[in-house]
Amino acid sequence: MTSVDMSVVARLEDKAIDIKKLLFDYTNNIGNSHLGGALSAADIVVAMYYHLLKFDPKNPTWPERDRFVISKGHLACLMHNVFADLGILKREDLFKEYNAVNGRFGQHPNRKFIPGIEASTGSLGHGLSLAVGFALAGRKQKADWRVYCLTGDGELNEGSNWEAIMMAAKYQLGNLVAIVDLNHLQIGGQTSTVMPMEPMDDKWKAFGWDTIRIDGHDMAKIVETFESLPPSDSQTPRKPIVVIADTVKGHGIPFMENNAAWHIGGLDEEKLEECCTYVEAGRKQRA
Amino acid sequence: MAKTFTFSVDDMVAGWSARDLVNIELIKMADEGLEFACVVCDDYLQKSKMGELERKHPGTVFDVGIAEPDGVGVGAGLATAGHVTYVTAFGPFLSLRAVDQIHTDVAYNDVPVRLIGTHGGLTSGGGPTHYAIMDAAVMRAIPNMTMCMPSDANQGARLIRASLTYPGPMYIRLPRGEEPLVYADQDYPFEIGKAVVAKEGTDATVIACGSCVHYGVAAAQKLEEEGISVRVLDMHTLKPLDEEAVLAAAKETGVIVTAEDHNVVGGLGEAVASVVAKSGMGIKFKSLGIPDVFASVGYAEDLHPFYGYDPEGIAREIRTMLGKHLPPAVD
Repeated sequence: MTSVDMSVVARLEDKAIDIKKLLFDYTNNIGNSHLGGALSAADIVVAMYYHLLKFDPKNPTWPERDRFVISKGHLACLMHNVFADLGILKREDLFKEYNAVNGRFGQHPNRKFIPGIEASTGSLGHGLSLAVGFALAGRKQKADWRVYCLTGDGELNEGSNWEAIMMAAKYQLGNLVAIVDLNHLQIGGQTSTVMPMEPMDDKWKAFGWDTIRIDGHDMAKIVETFESLPPSDSQTPRKPIVVIADTVKGHGIPFMENNAAWHIGGLDEEKLEECCTYVEAGRKQRA
Repeated sequence: MAKTFTFSVDDMVAGWSARDLVNIELIKMADEGLEFACVVCDDYLQKSKMGELERKHPGTVFDVGIAEPDGVGVGAGLATAGHVTYVTAFGPFLSLRAVDQIHTDVAYNDVPVRLIGTHGGLTSGGGPTHYAIMDAAVMRAIPNMTMCMPSDANQGARLIRASLTYPGPMYIRLPRGEEPLVYADQDYPFEIGKAVVAKEGTDATVIACGSCVHYGVAAAQKLEEEGISVRVLDMHTLKPLDEEAVLAAAKETGVIVTAEDHNVVGGLGEAVASVVAKSGMGIKFKSLGIPDVFASVGYAEDLHPFYGYDPEGIAREIRTMLGKHLPPAVD
């Protein structure tokens, strides 16, 4: 393991709090958003876009960038806020164009309207196949960039994921890393009730992947894990890697945590303030 | 009397002539240094032309196994990352099982994937689970999609070459087996989206696609002997439809019969009917195809006549529409 620069961790933790507050404000402005799953993935996404990814917000389609494929397309609400914060989108445009006729922004991302979004997704379970295609393209191009694919746990119910998981192992894609945002909830309730997926690690291992399981809200652990990955290698056959991140749907907001009803929801002024207070308390606690 | 049919993988591979010519064209294109990728589903790479392509140009063909949704998703990933990608699979499974991936990963993302659905229409001999009778209807209804059914194997090869630089996603339907060539002369102008006049005529027009084009030509030749002049339009591109050619046929011949190895719902017939109806021209129109049923088990050579879109069925329909009847048989 590499040693982690704690100043980086602190900066990312602060940024995650800022992004969550922007997400709450955005939700208040547009009516509702997929808050539960955005909060479970937010710490990982912030670590990626503000530290780990080879990605230049000034040139988001830079050919040498890492490809971050968002399989859980309902994460668009978080991505819109991250991309606005990075200067790729204008924040006022988010509000003007959200679900507006011919607007660029909706509940799920459209790559044609958002430079740097690698794939238009929304229908669940598509990202891993796309990511395998990206990784094979990386192999054809002898590219140094890495392909990441963020999936939810509920969407792993979809069978085509496992076709892609088998294929990545068959082709020994050393330039592919999957991330499972394992928040234990899907729209219909507990994933363990709707369709039991555990033991998640063993499933991926049995399909030929190397697995790492972490706390998806421990920023130091997130940074340490991804910084310790072997370098991306599009040419040398190697087991693909999955990082299974245990997360909490609605993380950081007590009334949302582990509550499937907050898969999608709105925030009035009072709730907005409450949410901001909760995440700011996290900042104070750390200080 | 029951037919005997020995089904083996060797027969299947040896019999896919349209697919063979298409794949031979892909090998030629790779030999010329043209850049693209292929994804195969349920192929037999040790024997197939796709296997030959991969052996000659390693790293070109990726085999996903029996997994059409993954095959289409992987193809879309490759295409998004810069490689025109040909995804081949059995048509019925490509156009049904993988349609969510076709809709979202390929068409919504608007990337240059060429979906090659083999065993089109009733040509598989495999019964209703193995017939692709709705592929054109599905693909026509997906925005950004171009839908093609080449009329013979050589045209399939020309289409494949033209597709390398054609913008956006495309579905290409091929039949399973060997079929006659429509065009003796291969020098005719071919353009995606532009119908070919396979035969000129003035009394009626057959608008056909895929396997039905050579049926249309055969019907027209038969009718010619009876003094009826029939135009045959090879509508190899169902979307975007060559509306100009349809309207010219309506105006100049006044009688249109469409023929397709597809459900009459959602296919070529309805596409043509819509153009004619919008034009306000009151012409005689009839569409031939599978009458919205799960077609019988059987072989295409028997089923096409049974459903009435073989040469005799097309000729019969045109005679009826023109009020002309066969002269009595002379002993």
